[in-house]
Amino acid sequence: MTLLFVILIPLLGALIPPLVIRSGRNACAAATGSVTLLALALLMSHAPAVFSGEVPKAGVEWVPALGLSLSVFADGLGFFFAAMILAIGLLVIVYARFYLSREEPMGRFFAYLLLFQGAMVGVVLSDNIIALLVFWELTSLTSFLLIGFWTKRADARQGARMALVVTGGGGLALIAGLLLVAQAAGSYQLTEILVRGEMVRASPLYLPALLLVLVGAFTKSAQFPFHFWLPHAMAAPTPVSAYLHSATMVKAGVFLLARLWPVLAGTDPWFLIVAPVGLATMLLGAVIALFKDDLKAVLAYSTVSHLGLMTMLLGFGTPMAAVAAVFHIINHATFKAALFMVTGTLALLASASMAGVPLFNGFLSKEMMLEEAAHTAYLGLDFLFPVLASVAAVFSVAYSARFAIGTFLGPVRHDYPHHPHDPPLGLWLPVAVLVVPVIAIGLFPAAVAGPLVALTASAVIGGPLPDYHLALWHGLTPALFMSLLAFAGGAALILAFRRVDGVRARLPPLDAKAMFEAASGGLVVACRRIVAALHDGALSRYMGVTVATLVAVGGYGFWSATHAAGARPLLPVTAPALTAFLALVLASGAVLLFHGERLTALILTGVVGVVVALAFLQFSAPDLALTQISVDVVTTILMLLALNLLPKTTPREGSRAVRWRDGAIAGLAGLGAAGLAYAVMTRNGTSISDFYLAQSKPGGGGTNVVNVILVDFRGYDTFAEIIVLGIAALAIYALLDPALKGAAVRRIKAMLPRDEAKDAHPLILVVATRVLLPLSLVVGAYIFLRGHNAPGGGFIAGLVVAIALIMQYIASGYGWAAERMKLDAQSLIGAGVAIAGLTGLAAFAFGRPFLTSTFGYLHWPLVGEFELASAMAFDLGVFLTVVGVMVLSLAQLSRVAHRVDPSPESRAPMDVPLEGAASGAAGKED
Amino acid sequence: MELLVAGAIGILTLVGIYLILRAHTFPVILGLTFLSYAVNVFLFAMGRLVIDRPPVISPDAAGYTDPLPQALVLTAIVISFGMTALIVVLALRGYLETGSDHSALDAPRQPDERGEA
Repeated sequence: MTLLFVILIPLLGALIPPLVIRSGRNACAAATGSVTLLALALLMSHAPAVFSGEVPKAGVEWVPALGLSLSVFADGLGFFFAAMILAIGLLVIVYARFYLSREEPMGRFFAYLLLFQGAMVGVVLSDNIIALLVFWELTSLTSFLLIGFWTKRADARQGARMALVVTGGGGLALIAGLLLVAQAAGSYQLTEILVRGEMVRASPLYLPALLLVLVGAFTKSAQFPFHFWLPHAMAAPTPVSAYLHSATMVKAGVFLLARLWPVLAGTDPWFLIVAPVGLATMLLGAVIALFKDDLKAVLAYSTVSHLGLMTMLLGFGTPMAAVAAVFHIINHATFKAALFMVTGTLALLASASMAGVPLFNGFLSKEMMLEEAAHTAYLGLDFLFPVLASVAAVFSVAYSARFAIGTFLGPVRHDYPHHPHDPPLGLWLPVAVLVVPVIAIGLFPAAVAGPLVALTASAVIGGPLPDYHLALWHGLTPALFMSLLAFAGGAALILAFRRVDGVRARLPPLDAKAMFEAASGGLVVACRRIVAALHDGALSRYMGVTVATLVAVGGYGFWSATHAAGARPLLPVTAPALTAFLALVLASGAVLLFHGERLTALILTGVVGVVVALAFLQFSAPDLALTQISVDVVTTILMLLALNLLPKTTPREGSRAVRWRDGAIAGLAGLGAAGLAYAVMTRNGTSISDFYLAQSKPGGGGTNVVNVILVDFRGYDTFAEIIVLGIAALAIYALLDPALKGAAVRRIKAMLPRDEAKDAHPLILVVATRVLLPLSLVVGAYIFLRGHNAPGGGFIAGLVVAIALIMQYIASGYGWAAERMKLDAQSLIGAGVAIAGLTGLAAFAFGRPFLTSTFGYLHWPLVGEFELASAMAFDLGVFLTVVGVMVLSLAQLSRVAHRVDPSPESRAPMDVPLEGAASGAAGKED
Repeated sequence: MELLVAGAIGILTLVGIYLILRAHTFPVILGLTFLSYAVNVFLFAMGRLVIDRPPVISPDAAGYTDPLPQALVLTAIVISFGMTALIVVLALRGYLETGSDHSALDAPRQPDERGEA
């Protein structure tokens, strides 16, 4: 399990630096360092096991059935990389403490660094490839934060964005590629995939998987033609550059190639793609590096070149070349990290190693590379690799020499803005630590690096190691002559540098950054054009595109399958059903043709609603019929209220062609819906409803199964639904309340005086609604109470009561009714949701899950046996919410007109001071 | 009978979709109402058509229709009211603020031609 913590400690430890920075910069750096040190110590506790050939594993399952787990393993390769990431990370933290100035937010910097470190360790230790992919993307994201750390600098922002676009984009390809690999191998665990190389290589998915994985690896490791992002990432603070470009970020791609080497390597496509890409990158990087004057740019292109070298070696696909690649990874990490943190004479040693001077570690692995290249023929060309590799070596000697001479051996300058001074211990100590292995490995390769190389290389190869010998002197090999040639050529190149540089200056410049910016800018413009064309702000267009797409997809699905008629017997058509159907067709057709006359269209819509309610009644759904009819009443009133303030007609719109096009889309969609419904209705199917029917009475205590489902079986859904309703009503309130100011008020006033009915509040309507109110309330209570056992329930009762209340507003006017509403609608909604929620919570008191219901029977005197279910309290919540929602939405709408101009409301006809017995009607409200 | 119901669903869908493709808010709202009818009846029809067998448990019932689509549709009817009310109010507020009841934005946004974000 400790292995898992090696990843988690840096990730979680990222929280520490921003907190500790309050205690000072030393404390912050110390805390960060201890986090890394702890992770490193945990990793090292596995070192004996790893070196004795075991593979420690750890992990937690997440969704084992889908192959999802957070599992890690540390074989030689993963262990080596994790150790390198953490060890060099530790040195970078020390360096950064002294590098960052007092004004810079060190806490944030170290937080990013630890996040990045955790992600990197995650990449190299992950066993599950999904986890690996997540960590991989995490390294792209966190490196974006690190590269763009100096957010005020434009080049830092651009460099960070470029790195993110290239590596993140490659990461997407990698996701696809690794999923294909997993598909081909039949496992998501790397440990299993690694032993199934044969299976993957034989799979038809091999080639697409290889190409996608290579895109991921090449973008991350800055291989040609994706190399351009790396130099621009140098806009990062130097510790970041040292970390990202020596041991971590860019090595992730090489790591991946090495990791999947046993699975993907050894085939023709692998060699034909990977080796030349590596060669081209190595050559290109070395050539460009020679002509750069900026120190960091030289190092950047040198990194590109060395990454190319490693890629090429892995691309050769031979075990010997893989050993050389591993050896060079070790050597490059040490001398390149040292070079980035460059100080004084120590850097001379490191650059000697970079050049491949004997007695330094860079020489050994470069020698091995040349040896491998010397034996490689590409498509029958024997000389391609040896010659070009030697040319690259020439350039790399030259740029290393120029770097060393130009920086450290040149004439002493006195025109610096500040007098140069010797750096503090913290700045040169990490470099010194790194230079030790540079020399030690250079002198005694087998003794110092032998075990590590053997361990790592055997993990890469996944089989027996080839017979190799890490040594300074291999005899008079071709590689030795190539090395000598490289030194001679490099020296010549330096001597003739001015002339060569002149030639280069005459060549047309190639600015990768400008090209990238132009390409990404063009892409953005193109995307904006597409978005502007599709999303031009016209709702009808969105809807048209959406529906047309649905119709097309549905049509494709329909035509590409076979069909047979359903076997379920049809119900006979009855005369009333046919009449209702014709009414629906006529009403719908009339709406279609005359929707310009809004009031007419609204009334015709009401006809359709009635037919739908009748259909529910016909087909054994009394609850639905009741709900539909009452909702239709409320909806119609709502629309009428809105229409009061909206234009009464819709102008004829669109050309004939547009209308026909819309008609065609709508017709096809209608046909599809009808066909689908018919297909289902003529077939028998299975349903989970048998459970509900069987359990309704014994389990839920009610015989109305629909209501029991709503308040008991699926109570959670209903609870969420009334919350949604409440939110909608509150949104309506929020939308209409401020409508009483500014332009809206002027518009409403402009609509006045409207054509008022002479008698706005007819006496008969007023009296009738007031008499009906108590009756309606009783009916509402009745429907509510019987709801558990017969058609009814909270929803329907709420609608009935809401209609009764709304009728008061209609008959007697907003002002009169609002004065007498003792409860405001918001409180009703709140109380409803609270009661429903508390009923659900009450189940916790009995140790049951949320919304578990219970019921019992009480014996009431006079009334008799009476059932009481906790679901009824829940239904009460539903009831109150529905009443509140309906009243709030409609009352708000009527208030808008009323507030602007309350004058036309004559109070006379409503509260007629009637004498004696006649006062009963008005008195009901109090 | 199944044919009638399927036909009704088709017609309701047709009218609903035709109306939501209009450029003014009120027809769009009516279209949504029609679409709600269509979808509710469609969902209901997924429980197949059964006559005289309401899902109310009783000792002398010959059988029951599928209660689950009914429960789903019941909440759907109420929710579609909430949605309709919200859209009506949005349309109204939009009209009161701008004096136009077009569902489209007045001026289509000009794409920003510069690539730089």
